[in-house]
Amino acid sequence: MHRIHILIAMDSHTLAQGARAVKDALLKDLSLAGLSDEVKVVETGSLGIYKKGVVLVVFPDNIYYTGVTVENVAEIVSEHIVKGRIVEKLKYSKAPGTEVKVQEKAPRFGKQLRVVLRNAGIIDPESIEEYIAHNGYEALGVALTEKKPNDILEQVKASDLQGRGGAFFPTGVKWGFAAREKAEQKYIICNADEGEPGTFKDRLILEGDPHAIIEGMALAGYAVGASKGFIYIRGEYHMSIARINRSIEQARENGLLGEKIFDTDFSFDIEVREGAGAYICGEETALIESIEGKRGEPRDKPPFPPSEGLWGKPTIVNNVETLANIPQIILNGPEWLQKLGTEASPGTKVFTLVGNINNPGLIEVPMGITLREIIYDIGEGIPQGNGFLLAQLGGTTGGILTAEQLDLPLDTDNLRKIGAGLGSGALLVVDDTHNVVEVVKNFVEFFNHESCGKCTLCREGTGRLYELLDKLVSGQGVLKDVDLIERLAKTMMTGAFCGLGQAAPVPILGCLKYFRQEFEKMVNTEQKSVSAVV
Amino acid sequence: MQDLKKVDDIAKKYAEMNTPLIYILKDVQKEFGYLSQPILTQVAQVTDIPLSEIYGVATFYSLFTTKPKGKHIVRCCNNAPCFVNGSKEVLEKIKEYLGIDTGETTEDALFTLEFTSCLGLCAVAPVMMVDDEVYGNLTPEKAVAILKDYKMKGSSNA
Repeated sequence: MHRIHILIAMDSHTLAQGARAVKDALLKDLSLAGLSDEVKVVETGSLGIYKKGVVLVVFPDNIYYTGVTVENVAEIVSEHIVKGRIVEKLKYSKAPGTEVKVQEKAPRFGKQLRVVLRNAGIIDPESIEEYIAHNGYEALGVALTEKKPNDILEQVKASDLQGRGGAFFPTGVKWGFAAREKAEQKYIICNADEGEPGTFKDRLILEGDPHAIIEGMALAGYAVGASKGFIYIRGEYHMSIARINRSIEQARENGLLGEKIFDTDFSFDIEVREGAGAYICGEETALIESIEGKRGEPRDKPPFPPSEGLWGKPTIVNNVETLANIPQIILNGPEWLQKLGTEASPGTKVFTLVGNINNPGLIEVPMGITLREIIYDIGEGIPQGNGFLLAQLGGTTGGILTAEQLDLPLDTDNLRKIGAGLGSGALLVVDDTHNVVEVVKNFVEFFNHESCGKCTLCREGTGRLYELLDKLVSGQGVLKDVDLIERLAKTMMTGAFCGLGQAAPVPILGCLKYFRQEFEKMVNTEQKSVSAVV
Repeated sequence: MQDLKKVDDIAKKYAEMNTPLIYILKDVQKEFGYLSQPILTQVAQVTDIPLSEIYGVATFYSLFTTKPKGKHIVRCCNNAPCFVNGSKEVLEKIKEYLGIDTGETTEDALFTLEFTSCLGLCAVAPVMMVDDEVYGNLTPEKAVAILKDYKMKGSSNA
């Protein structure tokens, strides 16, 4: 029996700050002190503390240490573990997890409310036993042994869960389209091709609670009559790929994937497919093309994937976060989800808070929270006392919010009214030390790089927009260029083939709407008179 | 001369998989370093997929390359979350240190410098990847120190 458990967050963020070396040093020092039998070091997912270096939690004391390096591991072992004296200089006082001990219901971290992330940083993601101990696979068991596929479908419909990939299409409705198709083979695809700049929620869900995705997919398969699932993950997400592969193996070993699950007639298995580096593959039909071994270019719609998707068969494509909600809805009932969030947008939303912010990271909050609460309460404000310039919500294709919208409750209806959306959940905060035109140029540089090239408007439009913005930034622009940027952006929005080209103009037009004078200030004054003549 | 028979072995490995082209190309690139025309021609023969289609796939995805690259691939993110945290300065310093622009390889063939799109590590922005390793909270100085480490290891192995 272990006297002490040390949880070490092993997610991509802490690994980038040296977590692996710290864990190795910890194991070595514990063994040197003869404590290997008394102290267990457990790798876990993100603990919800970011940019503070390597993070450890010592249980049962519930002490969080941040900024742990190989050099001060020895001190933690000799002082805290051996002598029971807390190493104050490394202790993190604002630990979100201090209330996490009660795990029966969604734990609250201040203004946060954790449903999708309920297990992240609490369980060892590499252990199926720990997931099961936290009600894991209970929803699947109940569904398969006590309910009909249609019951599951109706529950998801009744919950009004909306797709968390960014489009917020009702998940139950989408499932319904595939369920009514008559086909021998149907597919469930988990879209884990997370590529929207500033977004890493799917990555941390996959790294922190991979079994929830597997369970959600199996439930989806049962509801619509699919026996095969695919998880399409970005090739760059090495850790997510390793964890999900291991979890699939564990689920098979435990009879939770494969033939006749829970001794019923339902069979379901999952295969992981890695991407090869293309932002556009997050678009569901481009993703399907990519699994089919082709260039990831979007397809013409209709037919939509629920009627004709992967290899021509009915296919559901759901985002990671959407699927992570499913087991909870089945366990707690659809009304439970609706009690969280707002009427227009039930449930919670996982945001990634990034940019110029003191406390960046992954947060899960009820719908309807305001920007001010997110930035100034949860995010602890903007560094160096700088002012707030703008926020971009939903990734690089997201809408622009300014100081005017700081107190607007964030839900789909309110955002639609101002031409924005929650999108992927990335919330980029930009402080007032930045020039807005340079920021827009940076957005467009991304689109220019990631346009797949299939349609002319997006391929040529992103390139031309980049040239125009570069011209302005380098002091060569004329007043007419600002109008041209606006016209081109509007044309792309109406005429581009897929979501990428249609959404790329959103932040450009948003910035023009609120900061047009900043664009005009960049115009070369010597050439202003020339442009007036032209 | 490259042993093109290895392409056949790799293709065989994926015989059970539906539409495995991307996986085959990944493994082939791992084996040969890059996807040259003779290699792609061989892939076309083994898989019975038209060479034009294979070339289309090989040039579409950013993790594939049809040109030889350096021993270490340095991928810098310059998307908005990294940008507002100073990635431009980091990138400029790396370019200066390596003496190359993005998309180029150093003369000693040790480093290739590339852009990458968001790696989902924005809470520790700015970030870069060197091969499979990720590095966060970069400053221009820290980035150069990391690359110096790789350089030292590179020359000691040689």
